[in-house]
Amino acid sequence: MYAQMVKSTGKGVKSLDEMEPQERAFQERINAGDKIEPKDWMPEGYRKNLIRQIGQHAHSEIVGQLPEGNWITRAPTLERKAILLAKVQDEAGHGLYLYCAAETLGVTRDELTEMLLDGRMKYSSIFNYPTLTWADMGAVGWLVDGAAIMNQVPLQRTSYGPYARAMVRICKEESFHQRQGFDIMMTMGKGTDAQKHMAQDALNRFWGPSLMMFGPSDENSVHSAQSMAWKIKMNSNDELRQKFVDQTVPQAEYLGLTVPDENLKWNEEKGGYDFSQPDWDEFFDVLRGNGPETTERMEARNKAWDDGAWVRDGMMAHAAKKKAMKVAAE
Amino acid sequence: MSTNDWPLWEIFIRGAHGLSHRHVGSLHAPDAEMAIKNARDVYTRRKEGVSIWAIESSAIAASSPEDKGSLYDPADNKVYRHPTFFDIPDEVGAM
Repeated sequence: MYAQMVKSTGKGVKSLDEMEPQERAFQERINAGDKIEPKDWMPEGYRKNLIRQIGQHAHSEIVGQLPEGNWITRAPTLERKAILLAKVQDEAGHGLYLYCAAETLGVTRDELTEMLLDGRMKYSSIFNYPTLTWADMGAVGWLVDGAAIMNQVPLQRTSYGPYARAMVRICKEESFHQRQGFDIMMTMGKGTDAQKHMAQDALNRFWGPSLMMFGPSDENSVHSAQSMAWKIKMNSNDELRQKFVDQTVPQAEYLGLTVPDENLKWNEEKGGYDFSQPDWDEFFDVLRGNGPETTERMEARNKAWDDGAWVRDGMMAHAAKKKAMKVAAE
Repeated sequence: MSTNDWPLWEIFIRGAHGLSHRHVGSLHAPDAEMAIKNARDVYTRRKEGVSIWAIESSAIAASSPEDKGSLYDPADNKVYRHPTFFDIPDEVGAM
């Protein structure tokens, strides 16, 4: 998802009987549906895992502004431009809610930023793909935000209080994002042949990468089992991917578009679609830093950070000067 | 890399006239004025509030989770503090 392949302690999940009393009490609180708050005792693995997961999620929101920012100046109408601008601004807000949630775990915002900029922390694979036409703005909102919602809605019930509360805010806004994307797709789907073709092309390019957002099958992953025991991951990757496909295929039909998968077929017995797995070799290659736009994304983030240094420093200097003047006047 | 970490501020928003301010989240800002401006941009993009409070996180004192029991225990055996403790006969009417 926005956080993919987050590694945990790497050890199997302990049973309650194997835990020390403190850890056992912690796990029992989680099992009972209690929320863990920043000052509560927590196992070191829980803290580290959450920093990785929330951090990766936050970075995805921030880097995710770039593929869409690419089209703000070239939106087809003033209304579309205002809407896209509002959406990209929301993504910045989502990043901030999540960074703040991560900070309650004892990592600073600047540390997280540094780890993104020097490649120690990742962001979602999806944002390493280019947005080539205006229809991609539709496909990103409809598919990418749609896939994100699949994962984020259950995370509103996650065990860590600040993370769950951030998710509630994010989910409220995310629904606007998906609808604005679908609205673009509807306009293009009902448009000229050239527009329809453009919409189909966007679906063709974003379908596979959207399925990859959920990550590879994690049925047998110890990391996932631990995260699920801690309730910082609520569903398996395959479960969410299936849900996404089942929801999205009828929407594509409504748009008059064809999902680019010749194996896609309704399976009455399971009450869902059978579909092809995306290209997992491509996924791992993108995670290794070889995505089509990876270099551009990281350069853009580094440039924004470096170019903004004088503003950050200047504002701090101004605040210090004002404070000194206030003290002198008292 | 800048070493001038902006301080962390906790943001409280009054949702509508007559309601109390509620904690909505936090953000970094160099001073109080910027904290309120940033809070406007981050937490009231959809008319969520009519008033904003910002306070530096370091200025907040908090009870600790370990106090959970002892801090609130004294209220455990004082059910008479609730109006439902008293039986008022029906014929007396609403009270």
